Amino acid sequence: MMALKMALRSISSNKLRAVLTMLGIIIGVMALVVLVSLVNGATTSVTDAVSGLGNSMMSVTVSDDKGSPIDPALLNQWSERTDVGLLAPYWTDSATAHGREESGSVTLYGTTAAWYALQGLQMEMGRWLKTADIENHSYVCVLNNAAAEELMGYTDCIGQAVRLDGVEYTIVGVLYEEDGSLTSLSSGGMTVYLPYTSLLRLSDSLLGDVTRFYVSAPEGGTVDMAKTAITELLMERFEEDEEAFSVSTQDVLENAMSSITSVLTILLGGIAAISLVVGGIGIMNIMLVTVTERTREIGIRKAIGASRGTILSQFLMEAVVLCMLGCALGIFLSWAILQTVTTVVSSLEITFSLDGGVVLIAVLFCFVIGLVFGLYPANKAAKMKPIDALHYGG
Amino acid sequence: MIDMNDISKVYLVGDERVRALDRASLHIYPKEFVSIIGPSGSGKSTLMNIIGCLDVADAGAYRLDGLPIEAYSENELAAIRNEKIGFVFQSFNLIPKLTAWENVELPLIYQKVKRPERQQRVAAALERVGLTNRANHLPTELSGGQQQRVAIARAIVTNPKLILADEPTGALDSKTGQEIIDIFHELHAQGNTIVLITHDRDVAKQAERSVHILDGRITEVQL
Ligand SMILES: Nc1ncnc2c1ncn2[C@@H]1O[C@H](COP(=O)(O)OP(=O)(O)OP(=O)(O)O)[C@@H](O)[C@H]1O
Ligand SMILES: [Mg+2]
Repeated sequence: MMALKMALRSISSNKLRAVLTMLGIIIGVMALVVLVSLVNGATTSVTDAVSGLGNSMMSVTVSDDKGSPIDPALLNQWSERTDVGLLAPYWTDSATAHGREESGSVTLYGTTAAWYALQGLQMEMGRWLKTADIENHSYVCVLNNAAAEELMGYTDCIGQAVRLDGVEYTIVGVLYEEDGSLTSLSSGGMTVYLPYTSLLRLSDSLLGDVTRFYVSAPEGGTVDMAKTAITELLMERFEEDEEAFSVSTQDVLENAMSSITSVLTILLGGIAAISLVVGGIGIMNIMLVTVTERTREIGIRKAIGASRGTILSQFLMEAVVLCMLGCALGIFLSWAILQTVTTVVSSLEITFSLDGGVVLIAVLFCFVIGLVFGLYPANKAAKMKPIDALHYGG
Repeated sequence: MIDMNDISKVYLVGDERVRALDRASLHIYPKEFVSIIGPSGSGKSTLMNIIGCLDVADAGAYRLDGLPIEAYSENELAAIRNEKIGFVFQSFNLIPKLTAWENVELPLIYQKVKRPERQQRVAAALERVGLTNRANHLPTELSGGQQQRVAIARAIVTNPKLILADEPTGALDSKTGQEIIDIFHELHAQGNTIVLITHDRDVAKQAERSVHILDGRITEVQL
């Protein structure tokens, strides 16, 4: 308590110098707090926008059907409910594809017409699978962009034939694929979509029971609504056994966003941490000057009975208090900046607010920096011999 | 109180060895008022530093109040100084940022004396040197004589066994100096042990007993 008072006093005796010393810490804290808060604010608003698009969906996997398997007709029935959006069962397999140009291994997806809207896909050429294709077990397929380019050599290949494990299919559509698209389930890989009826016929290993399907949020509703509804239906069907199936809301965009954000946060936080360390070195520098300037004072204090520990804690306290004051100023300025930014970009309806977590980290970090960079000067002060210190400079 | 036997202190200046103290022996008893007199460079300050446990001798034995000083660590010496010795320096050595009150309070803080008792003792010490009305002044706002009186208040506030003064009048005119010496007389009358170092015969002879130091050697003299 006494040490704190002394530290505040000695700092306030030279305010300009104190502020200049703290500048590094102030800027470091501002960098840390403002950048991380900005990223978080932006992410929250983008994530909100993304979920607002209704692009959210969930996937359901059935591991044990308890003797009452789900068939596709049942899914159609469920999709008529108002608390569930679209449902699309799917089966996957792999096959060797022979195109006009090349051959290669492809991933096969057997599904329904609903898949297209549910996954938010876009066509580059042609059309998606139709319900008629499914009913007729048609030998038609849709290629993803990579498959079209590799197997056929170009994407304009509608109406041409591709052989999957020797069976000939007509290409009716090619998917549009953005570079590095987040929605693409198989970035880089070749994927071929077939009517599931056709895939079941092609593949020896697949059974007709639905074990995996996607569900989207109902119109004007949330994924959670659909999740509740589907969970209820499945519980009823599978003898109230929670283990028999799993439902996972899997928003690809949101997941991608959050991983981008955490990378950004770590990156920016790291840069800010470096500037904080630089600020800490500034504090150490000034503390060393202070210790030299006050050699005589140290000598007097030691002569009248201050122990090493007392002197050490006095100077350490000064360094820590300097850091914490800088930290407080930095946080206050960050708050002001975020407030201003929010007002300036008010048309975007993004609110940037101080992130509690990062404020806490900043405070802890400043404290540690004060301790670490204050220790050397304080120890230097504590180690002075009273006699040498008393005679310093006269 | 002070038992010094064959104390030597040698400084190395370049290649030259300066014997600041050469087998000096000194005995001072409780409640004595002793002055140590000698010309400049004779080793007075060196002696005072060793008596005050600010420095340790290179050779010889020193017991302060029965304690073998050589045996203690730096921190223990700090505690001994704090408890047993009150210093008064030629150049006052007050902490410039602290007020008179706070300067006097400092040794008590290091002794971890509680606040109410501290206040009462600081007030009493300042009263004794007649500076109650200057308590909240900074050293720079005080005259030399007043600063030295603050230093004396700081020295006596812990009720030390020994008051050690190194040329306390050196920086003062003779009238102010005499006022300071008068305070020492009062303290002595109240039963304090006082060791006063000076090169001024007029000051030295006011003590009960005078010790002469020349080239690091001590002899008893009558003034
Ligand atoms: N730190 C030191 N390093 C080297 N020599 C020293 C040191 N301190 C004192 N001396 C030498 O020791 C001798 C005694 O010095 P001291 O300071 O004790 O003298 P003094 O009697 O106090 O003189 P004055 O009356 O001028 O204060 C001197 O010759 C001085 O040069
Ligand atoms: Mg001297």
